[in-house]
Amino acid sequence: MITGVRYFLKVALARAYVRIIGAQRELSWIIGDTLLPFLSVAAYVYVYRAMNAPPEYTGFVILGGIVVTFWMHMLWSMGMQFFWEKEMGNMALYLMAPLSRPALLLGMAIGGIFMTSTRAIMIYVASRFLFGIQFNITEPMMALAVSLATLLALYGLGMMLSSLFFIAGRGIFYGMQVMMEPVFFLGGFYFPVKQLGMMVATAAAAIIPVSLGLDALRQTMFGAYDSALFTPKTELIALLVMGVVFVYSSIVILHKMEAVGRREGKLFLKNQ
Amino acid sequence: MSEYSIETINIRRTFKIDRMARKDAGRILVALDDVNLQVKPGELFGLLGPNGAGKTTLIRILSTLLSPTSGEAYLNGIDAINDLKRVRPIINTVSGGETCGYGILTAAENLRLFTELYGIPWKVAKPRVEKMIHVVGLDKFKGVKVNKLSTGMRQRVNFARGFVTAPKVMFLDEPTVGMDVNAAREIRDFIRNWQSENPDCTILLTTHYMAEADELCDRVAIVDKGTTQGCDTPAALKKMVQKETALELTISGDEPVPEHWHSFTGIVKLVATPNPSEKVTGIRALLDSADASGRFINEITSTGRLLLDLRTSEPTLEDVFIKMTGRRLTEVSDSKPGSEE
Ligand SMILES: Nc1ncnc2c1ncn2[C@@H]1O[C@H](COP(=O)(O)OP(=O)(O)OP(=O)(O)O)[C@@H](O)[C@H]1O
Ligand SMILES: [Mg+2]
Repeated sequence: MITGVRYFLKVALARAYVRIIGAQRELSWIIGDTLLPFLSVAAYVYVYRAMNAPPEYTGFVILGGIVVTFWMHMLWSMGMQFFWEKEMGNMALYLMAPLSRPALLLGMAIGGIFMTSTRAIMIYVASRFLFGIQFNITEPMMALAVSLATLLALYGLGMMLSSLFFIAGRGIFYGMQVMMEPVFFLGGFYFPVKQLGMMVATAAAAIIPVSLGLDALRQTMFGAYDSALFTPKTELIALLVMGVVFVYSSIVILHKMEAVGRREGKLFLKNQ
Repeated sequence: MSEYSIETINIRRTFKIDRMARKDAGRILVALDDVNLQVKPGELFGLLGPNGAGKTTLIRILSTLLSPTSGEAYLNGIDAINDLKRVRPIINTVSGGETCGYGILTAAENLRLFTELYGIPWKVAKPRVEKMIHVVGLDKFKGVKVNKLSTGMRQRVNFARGFVTAPKVMFLDEPTVGMDVNAAREIRDFIRNWQSENPDCTILLTTHYMAEADELCDRVAIVDKGTTQGCDTPAALKKMVQKETALELTISGDEPVPEHWHSFTGIVKLVATPNPSEKVTGIRALLDSADASGRFINEITSTGRLLLDLRTSEPTLEDVFIKMTGRRLTEVSDSKPGSEE
């Protein structure tokens, strides 16, 4: 039997593989996950144009649209992953196995990032082709670092939600729905979050990592420094801290939840 | 190391009934009440019991998914309640009627996934995966995505999934539940063959089909309301009812049978199951002698109820169950014509 780090990575990759191969075999997601987000992006583009907003707003909207796909995916696929696994009957099989639980979470996140990135690229290409965006990449290395840190914080949050909802029942659907809309607003997906006022914006940024990430990306990729909340460097550090805290908490919470679930009989659907 | 492959000591599990869900909310439900089992290495041990007896609960405890309220359990000498790291690699479970894995992967890919989750190197796993695909008869569908397979085939993939990790202790929870006669037979053949090829694999199987327990298991324990009793070879258990005759009757009317029928001379145990939709009552009675049946039938007809059907049979494990618990294993409405019971 393989042990240690190799076993950990094997489990993570095995779980990620399902996602990656799945995306290639079934292409129906292109419509739901790419075309529809693209249409909502397009709607905002036309609204801004009608209002004679500055041209870089088109870029903001497309960037926002891309981040929305990440956010949605993080909530519905990553955050609810264990719920789906339970519904499919896989959860008990995973938990019975000797595998590391965090490895499973990591595998879900890797697979998720891969899948969402392909979506993001498609939305980007389509928008760029149709609307044209003028980049003004002032700090390429910073832009890259901020993107990666945003992914870390975002999927760290996903892992944490997954762990929190580990033993949840169907009620979790309502919870997710409640989280979606206000977050779109507070997260500043389609406009610079600072326009909400500094207090609200900072509060939002503290819980929604994408709002900080977006703000930093607007600065580093479009030179939108006037409407920025903080400097990209501050935001990068904040994102990294968030990411580490989220990932660490997710591991602690997951182990705790598993212990509670095992004691209370919540690791499986009752009527099986 | 313990001489047993599965040993439970006073395993007890209670559940608190959910507050809002039912009227008896807050009540404590005893799912398992001091279960003691000792299964030898390589044995195929059966737990025979009706719905709600506690079979699945016991398997969940032994497979580390549920902790007992109290008691101890050891699998091949390893503490199965506390030493999860050491016990998990040697066990696996298959629940009948369930499917597993991802529809987007093929059967072989799903099996590979599960070997990876158990940390089995691919060079060890590969021949096993191929063999299991063959054994469960999916050679022709090797490259087909699981979501394109029939439910029956997916259940077979799930079987293969359980065995492909070569567990030392295997739990099979009602492996043939809901299957047609042929599919059930194939599964039983598979289990038998597996054990003859892997004599050191211990199997704990639960069922509410008495024929399955009788035909398949080396030893059987009767489970009812969270307790086990009996615990012997099927032949030895049936000896308990050997001197008796089993009478299966259908009489008209679905009203309750008179109380004194239960203590009628010559009747050891009697279970009456009313069937309101057909306005009849099914009766299974254990009689201590053949001539008691004549007297009992006279008694029935004297109450004005018609005798619609009558059969006698050799006592089965079901009659052992009836004798021990005063109830039947399956509801009569459950055993439709054509099913095996
Ligand atoms: N998680 C749970 N919460 C509350 N009650 C439970 C839970 N799991 C099982 N029970 C109860 O414990 C009892 C035993 O259930 P169990 O599923 O072990 O029976 P079983 O013998 O497997 O029956 P079946 O033939 O229905 O599978 C039942 O009354 C059931 O309702
Ligand atoms: Mg059960």
